Order: sequence, then structure tokens, then C-alpha cells
Amino acid sequence: MSLADLWFVLFVAIIGGYIVLDGFDLGVGMLHPFAAKEDRERRIVLNSIGPIWDGNEVWLVVGGGVLFAAFPVVYAALFSGFYWALMLVLIALILRTVAIEFRGKRESSRWRGLWDSVFSVSSFGLALLLGVAFGNVISGVPLDQNGEVRLDSLLDVLHPFALFLGATTIAMLLMHGALYLTVKSEGALQARIRRWVPWFVGAFTLMAAASAVWISASDYGLTDTFTDDAWTLIFPAAAVLAYVVMVLMVRRGRHTLAFFASSTVLFLSLATISAGLYPNMLKSSTNPAYSMTVQNASAASYTLTVMLVVAIIGIPFVLLYTAGVQYLFSGKVKLTDSSY
Amino acid sequence: MGLGILLVWMAWKHVRTGDPVWRQASVFWVKVYGLVFAMGIATGLVQEFAFGMNWSQYSRFVGNVFGSLLAAEGVFAFFLEGGFLGLMLFGGDRLGPRMWLFSTFLVVFGAHFSALWILMANSWMQTPQGFEQHASQWGPMAFMTNFGSVVNTPSFLPRLLHTWVASWIIGSALVLSVSAWYLLKDRHREFAKRNFSTAIKVFTVLAILQVFVFGAQMAVSVTKNQPEKLASIEGNWTAESCAPLYIVGWVDESAGKTYAIGVPCLLSFLSYGSFDASVPGIEEFPKKDWAPVNVAFQAYHLMIDLGFLFPLIGVVAWFVWWRRKRERMPPWLLWVCISTVFLAEVATIAGWWTAEVGRQPWVVWKVMRTDAAVSPTLSTGDVLLSLITFALLYALLLVLFLFLLDRKIKHGPEAPEEGHLSDLPNTFREVFRQRAQARASGDLELEDVSR
Repeated sequence: MSLADLWFVLFVAIIGGYIVLDGFDLGVGMLHPFAAKEDRERRIVLNSIGPIWDGNEVWLVVGGGVLFAAFPVVYAALFSGFYWALMLVLIALILRTVAIEFRGKRESSRWRGLWDSVFSVSSFGLALLLGVAFGNVISGVPLDQNGEVRLDSLLDVLHPFALFLGATTIAMLLMHGALYLTVKSEGALQARIRRWVPWFVGAFTLMAAASAVWISASDYGLTDTFTDDAWTLIFPAAAVLAYVVMVLMVRRGRHTLAFFASSTVLFLSLATISAGLYPNMLKSSTNPAYSMTVQNASAASYTLTVMLVVAIIGIPFVLLYTAGVQYLFSGKVKLTDSSY
Repeated sequence: MGLGILLVWMAWKHVRTGDPVWRQASVFWVKVYGLVFAMGIATGLVQEFAFGMNWSQYSRFVGNVFGSLLAAEGVFAFFLEGGFLGLMLFGGDRLGPRMWLFSTFLVVFGAHFSALWILMANSWMQTPQGFEQHASQWGPMAFMTNFGSVVNTPSFLPRLLHTWVASWIIGSALVLSVSAWYLLKDRHREFAKRNFSTAIKVFTVLAILQVFVFGAQMAVSVTKNQPEKLASIEGNWTAESCAPLYIVGWVDESAGKTYAIGVPCLLSFLSYGSFDASVPGIEEFPKKDWAPVNVAFQAYHLMIDLGFLFPLIGVVAWFVWWRRKRERMPPWLLWVCISTVFLAEVATIAGWWTAEVGRQPWVVWKVMRTDAAVSPTLSTGDVLLSLITFALLYALLLVLFLFLLDRKIKHGPEAPEEGHLSDLPNTFREVFRQRAQARASGDLELEDVSR
């Protein structure tokens, strides 16, 4: 395993951390106006992610930084090529942040209703765009020989496959967020969300299966890895296993375990897609020779080594206090004077 | 960063003295901090994306060098801030004062650490070193050869200190402004006096140090490393000895003349430590490498004029405060104190304009020109439309931010509370023991104290 491979694995792990952690934040955001009937319930839903959403979002920012440093040409191509899609992501992230912060600042129900809508719509938008991004990375993009993506308009990234993956991501995060909220709430609110969980699991099951069939039937070349290197089948196999565990735990009403299982499903789904893509990072639909691979797109070994030292020093601390803070705020939500 | 430092001070004083006014102050300012921080996250996120979105050629060229500084910022500092922010904002009624102080300290430390990496990155763009250029499959690229020289470029240390101190000045100016307003309206007297007293000292001392130590060091660094920039921001067209330090003026770029009033010979003295020293002129350098001189000149002079004004305000207000034994401050002087937070913001932004406009036309000093750094796939329309979108969005956020901040300030601090604090966990061991007990007894249910 080369340094570049190692950084590809680390990058995927950071994005995986983002999807698992901010994934339930987004799920909670999408469920917020539907699950909670009155203001106190809405505050519980919002405060279930209150102290941790910011730390969760950091994973995305760090993912961006790591991509910039370890695979600069991919970062440059992806971010400038998907300019308007990323503008939408930024607008959604900004509005979501201020909605969380501003909502509780005034009593007025119109004020709170406004920010509730912003919170929910931006969460839906981000979940959709996250799926669309994966859809485009899987299907390939019109990359030229200079490492620039040549799109005519935003509509080029919103093709049927990408939109379908976007919808699948929405179903996946609704399931993930609903399991999280079941763990964090109680009473009527919890009962309501519990009834929805099987529906979300069902929707995710159907759509994920359809996505897998779509990918296999297409010429995206994602299945080659698994036929060439049989050991890589461990990723989809483990994902399916985690999925089975999740369904069993939901049936037995063990929601905390079901939530951990769904986190594992999300992480391993990403691992499966990444293994399928490897060694490509960004496939060119114009000419396969222009594709960016883990090897030809990586930074020089000196940079990767320096970054590895940074990661070895920093990551243990990150994991330690992420786990500590999540533990400290675990359990049912308590509303206090400092809550949103 | 600035408000954070004062928050750590207040929380520390509360831990040390147990005085409820310090507790009241910490609880009030932490809410303001939360609002400011949320705005910082919302608007700062754009930066991490913008390098790739708008500057793809730049990102490809410098990724090997510059990207690693941003990644290190994320791993070391962002996670620290983001992780403990929740504890800082929501831990006030969950954690004992000592643990709360610890979380606050970590967030503020994280913010300073984050600034350190981002200023390293900026300083590398201003005074690049520790790399080599080679061709690659994707065009020419900068490759890091020495991480030590990349992180410690000649302009890094002066820039770091200058920026840290500027942010501390803004933080103390915010506390000064709000407490001056309470004094003016005769509200929350004890709280206001305590805050004013702390803020005026911090503000004055920092303002003096900024002009005579940290700002001066920055100017020396620019003189040494970027003489073209010095000439532009000073509007100095021809090399001259005994060059004046201008106070206010206008640069006619087409005529190559600067009309200004200034202190004779002071620039030569400040830049080189000698009144006879020769300061470089813009005309010594090729015209294609000139910055927009008037913009740089105006930004720089706005910053230094305000920079000289702050120690003056601070010394006068502190003196009157001391002479009148903290009573009956004249309203005009309170109004001057109220204005400091706005002026300090303007001075800091003008400082960044000086640094960034003054180094044009280079995005990486003498290595890459700004116009060669952009994303070639974007049309002028794309860039303009997204710029307008951000301008509108940021303006909306600014209005909402000021509205909510104003409400928070008018609402004022809550009455001092004490008593239940001693039950809260004050060490890591107690924190985790209480969690474990609550879990075991199933005592994690809802408490209805909704507002």
C-alpha cells in the first residue's frame, strides 16, 4: 500500500465520519417539522443535535482540506467543475447554521416557523446534493486533459442516475435520523417516530437495491474491482450484514443498537462505493486517459508524509474528544436555559 | 478570539473568587459568543470551498504546499473548537465552573490555533519559500521541499501577532461598548462597572502595544520583504530619503502623484530606524507589477489613523474613569467608548485590505499572478452572479445578526444565580461518574423548563 493509497483510505474515512455524524443531523433536520407537533417537541428535536452538529460538520471541512492537500488536482477539478451545485451546498449550509442559531432567539411563532422551514428545506437540499455528488463521481464527469471539468450548466449534474442517488440518500438519512431521534426522545414524540422507522427502512432497502442494480447494469465500471479482487467483496458483504443487524434490532425495539448498526451501514456503503471506484477518484467521461486516479492525482510523497505526521498526532485527540462529547450529551434531551 | 480571551478571564475570576458578578458576566457573554461564532461558521465555511471553486489553477499549483496547512488547521484546530463549542455554549448548567472554564479555554485555544494555521497559509502566499516548481501531468506545480520554512516564512510571526492583537482589541472594544452603553442608560450598574473596568484596561494596553510594537513590526516586515507593497500603501512614487508618513491624502494614479499631509521623515524612521533612510518608490518597479495604489493607500491610512486614535481614546477614558472613581462618566465620552467596537472592526478590515490589495497583482508573491490563478471554466457571469448572491446573503445575515445582538444587549444579563453550581461536576472523573449514575438510575428524562 503506497502513501497515496493510505491517504485515499483516510480521506474516505473522514468523509465516512461526516456522513455518519452529519447524516443524522440532516435526518433530524428533515424530520423536524413533521415529527414534532408543537414548540416544545420542536425544541427537543432541535436540541437533540444542538451541542454536537457543529462538531459533526467539521468533518466535511476537514475532508475538503485533506482533499486539497492530498489530491489537489481532484479538489480543483471537483470544486470548480461543480460550481453551482456547490453554491447551492454553501447557501444551504449557511442558512441551516443560522436557522439553528436564530430560531430560539424570539418567542414569536412566525419567527420560529420561518426558521423551522429554513432548517428543514436546507437539510433536504443538502441530503439531495450529497447523493447527487456521489451520483456524478460514480458516473464520471466531462474532465479535460488540463484537469478541468467542462459542464454546460448545472443541469448536466442533475441527470436521472444522480437524482436517484439523491433520493436514495434522502431515504437513508431519514432512516438514520429517525433512529437517532428514537434514542434521544420519549413519550408521544418517540412513539410517533418509532412508527415511521420501518417505512424509512423499507424505502431505503428498495432504493439502495435499485441503485445497486442500476450501477451493475450500467457501464460505470464500478463492479470491476469486486470481480478482479475478490477480497474487496468484504465491504458490501459487511454492509449487508450490518443492515441485517439493524433490521433485527429495529424489530426488537433496541434502538440504540439499531442506530449504531445504521451508522455502520452508512460507513460501509461509502467504503463499498470507494472500493468500486478505486483506483479512480474522478473518472473522465470525455476520455478515460484524462481520469484522475489515486496515483496520478496525489500530492508528492513529502507532502503526504508531513500530513501523515499531522494525522498521527491529531486524529487520536479528535476521536477521543469526539467520543467524550457525544457521550456527555448522550441520553434523552433535556431542555434548559441554555438550549436553543 | 478577543471576546473568547475575556470570557476565559471572567470564568477564571469566577472560579478563583466565587463572585457571582463574574458568573453573571460569563453567562451573558457566552450567549453573545454563541451568536458571533454561528455567524463565523456560516460565513467562514465559504473559504474552504472557495479556493477550489473560484481558484482552480491556484489550487492545483499550490495544493502540495498550501493545502497541507489548511488540512492541519482542520485536524488540529477545527475539531477542537467544534467539539468543545457545544460544551462551552450548553455546558453552563451541566458542568461545574472549573470544567466550564476548561471547555471555554479549549474553544478559545482552538480559535487561536486555527488562526495560526490560516495565517501561516496567508504568510506563505505573501512571502513564499520552502518549495520548488516542477512540471507535472497537470501543468506546473509547487512542491514542498522544507515544511519548516513553509510554516515559518519571514512575514509569519509579525502577521500572527498583529492579527491576534487586532482580534483581542475588537473583543475588548465589544465589552467596552456594551458596558459603556449600560452606564449611559444606567442599567445593570454592577455588571457594567465590572465589565467596563476590565475592558478599558485591556483595550488601552493592547491599543498602545499594537501601534508601537506589533503594528510597527508588521511595517518593518513589509519594508523588508515586500518593498513594492510599502511603496504602494504609502503612495510613495519616487525613492526618497527622509520620506514623510502621510496621515490623509489622495493618490492620482494616472499622474503618478500623491496629494497628502504627513509627518516629515517619520516613514523613513519607522521603516528603517533612521530619518535619512531611503524608502523605495513605485516608479522603481515595472508598471505591470503595480498594485491599485489608491485603494491600498486609503485602506492603509484608514487603519493607521484609527490605530493612533485607539490609544488616545483608551488613555482619556481610563483616566476619567479613574479620576471620577467610576461614577458620572460624561455621556460624550461614553458615546466615544460605544463607537470603539465599530471603529475596531473597520480598522481590522482595512488592515486586511491593505495586506491583500497591497500585494496585487500577485496571488503568490512573485510566483503566481492573480489573473493566472482563477478557474478557467467559469464565465464572468458565473462569478458575478455568485458574488451578488453572497453579497445579498451576507447582507441579510448582517442585518439579522445586528438585530439579534441588539436584542440580546437590550435584554441584558440575567440576575446573578448561585447555589446549585456546587452540585455540578467539576472534574472529568465527576462528569463521567454522574453520567454513569444517571444512566444506571434511568434519570435522564425530560425537564420542562421551556421558555
